Amino acid sequence: MDKPVPIYRHRLATRLWHWITALSVVVLLGSGLTISNAHPHLYWGQYGANFDTPWLSLPHFPPWMTIPSRYNLALARDWHLLFAPVLAFSLLSYMIASVLNRHFQRDLRVRTHELRLDALARDFREHLALRFHDPDHPAAYNLFQKLAYVVVIFVLLPLMILTGIALSPGMNAAWPWLLDVFGGRASARSIHFVTAALLGLFLVGHLALVILAGPINEIRSMLTGWWRVPESKA
Amino acid sequence: MITRRSLIVGGAGVLLAGCDTIAATPVAGELFDAGEAFQRRLQRLLTSRTALAPEYLPEQRSPIFRANGTRKPVGTDYQSHLDSRFADWRLRIDGLVAHPLTLSMAQLRAMPARTQITRHDCVEGWSAIGKWMGPRLSLLLDAAQLSDRARYLVFHCADVLYGRPYYESIDLVDARHPQTILAWALNDQVLQVANGAPLRLRVERQLGYKHAKYVHRIEAVESLAPIGAGKGGLWEDIAGYQWYAGI
Repeated sequence: MDKPVPIYRHRLATRLWHWITALSVVVLLGSGLTISNAHPHLYWGQYGANFDTPWLSLPHFPPWMTIPSRYNLALARDWHLLFAPVLAFSLLSYMIASVLNRHFQRDLRVRTHELRLDALARDFREHLALRFHDPDHPAAYNLFQKLAYVVVIFVLLPLMILTGIALSPGMNAAWPWLLDVFGGRASARSIHFVTAALLGLFLVGHLALVILAGPINEIRSMLTGWWRVPESKA
Repeated sequence: MITRRSLIVGGAGVLLAGCDTIAATPVAGELFDAGEAFQRRLQRLLTSRTALAPEYLPEQRSPIFRANGTRKPVGTDYQSHLDSRFADWRLRIDGLVAHPLTLSMAQLRAMPARTQITRHDCVEGWSAIGKWMGPRLSLLLDAAQLSDRARYLVFHCADVLYGRPYYESIDLVDARHPQTILAWALNDQVLQVANGAPLRLRVERQLGYKHAKYVHRIEAVESLAPIGAGKGGLWEDIAGYQWYAGI
C-alpha cells in the first residue's frame, strides 16, 4: 500500500478567505434568524407590512439557533452589520486575488461538456460511492464541488451582498438603481432571505461532505494548504 | 462516547453560546461601535448630501399605512390638545439658535410645504409607502438662525415609552436634506394620532425609529451627551439601537 502523498492543494488567499467567510456566514445566518423573527413575513414589490399579503410567513426560530439567543434586535443588527462588510470586502479581495493567481481560471472553470446530463449523473454515482476525487487529477475539484462553489462565489454571495445593500435606506439614495434591479424593497428582502436559505443548504451539504471525505485531512488542508491524497478505492 | 455528530452539534452550540458571552464584553461593544462608525462613514462617502430617497407614484402607496410604537400619548395634556384640534399646540425651536421660535399649527400649515410620497422602513423589516406633507426643517432652521456651534438637532416628543420621554436626533447633513420635513398631513388627510399627530419628523434616508412623532420641541445642540442617556435617542439609550440608522 502506498503511503498517501501530500500535495499542495489550497492557496493562501483561498484559505484566508475560506475561514473569514465561514465565520462571517455563521454569524450572519444566526443574527439573520433574529432579524427574521422581528417580522417573519416576506412580500413582493415596493412595500409590505402587516396589512399587506405576504407570499411567505416564516416560523419563529428558536433561541438555540439565533444570535443572540435571547431576542434582541439591536444586538442582532450589531452582529449582522459588523460582519456584512467583512463578508463583502473579503469576497472582493478573494476574487481579485483568485484572478491574479489564476485559481478561478484553473480550478473553477466550468466547461460545457461538464454540464451534460451524463457527466452530472456520473459524478452523482461517484458521490454515492464516496469517491470524491479523480486519481488522475487528485487536486482537482469534482464536478458537483466545482458547480457548488461557482454558484456560491458568483451567485449566492454576491446576491446576499447586493440585496443587503438594497435594504439600506441610506444606500437607496446613493444607488437607487439597485432597488430597481430587484423590483423593490420588499422583493429585495425576499430575495435576501431565499438566498440565505440556499446558503444554509449549501452549508449543511458542505459540512456533510467534508465529514464524509475525511474531516481531519480536509480541514488540515484548508489550514495548511497541504492535502494527503486519499488511497483510491478500487 | 464522543461521536462526530455530537462534536458538531456541541461545537455549534458552543459557537452560539460563545457569541452571547463575547457580546457582553467591552471589546465587543467597541467593535460594534467601530462597525457603526465604518458603515456611517462609508455611506456618507458614497452618498451625495442631496441624493434623494426614492419617491413613488400615488398608486404605489400602501392601502393601509400601519402605525407602530406609541399609538396615542397617555395623559390629559395630549387628550386636551386632541380635543381642541391642536389649537394650542406649539412647536418650540430653541437651543443654539439666534432667534428661538414658537410656532402654532396654523403657522406651520401656512408655510410652504414639501409633498413627498416616500417609503417608511421599520427596523423590524416591514415597509409602507405614504404621502407626507409639511415644511422643510431647513426652512425652520433658517428662520430661527442656527448657530455655527450647532451640530445636532434634537426632537422632543409628547409620548413616553418605558418611563422616558421619546426623543430622537439627527446631524446637520440630514437636517438640511430636502426630504427632511415636519409632516402634518399623511395621504391627503391631517395626520392621525397613531401616526404622530400633529407633527411628525421625516428623515427619509434613515429607518423608522428616527421619525419622531408628536414633536413639540426642536433643540439645536453641540453634543448629544447631556440629553437622555446620551446616545441620541430613546431607542438608542434603552435598547442599544444605532444612532445612525441609514442602514
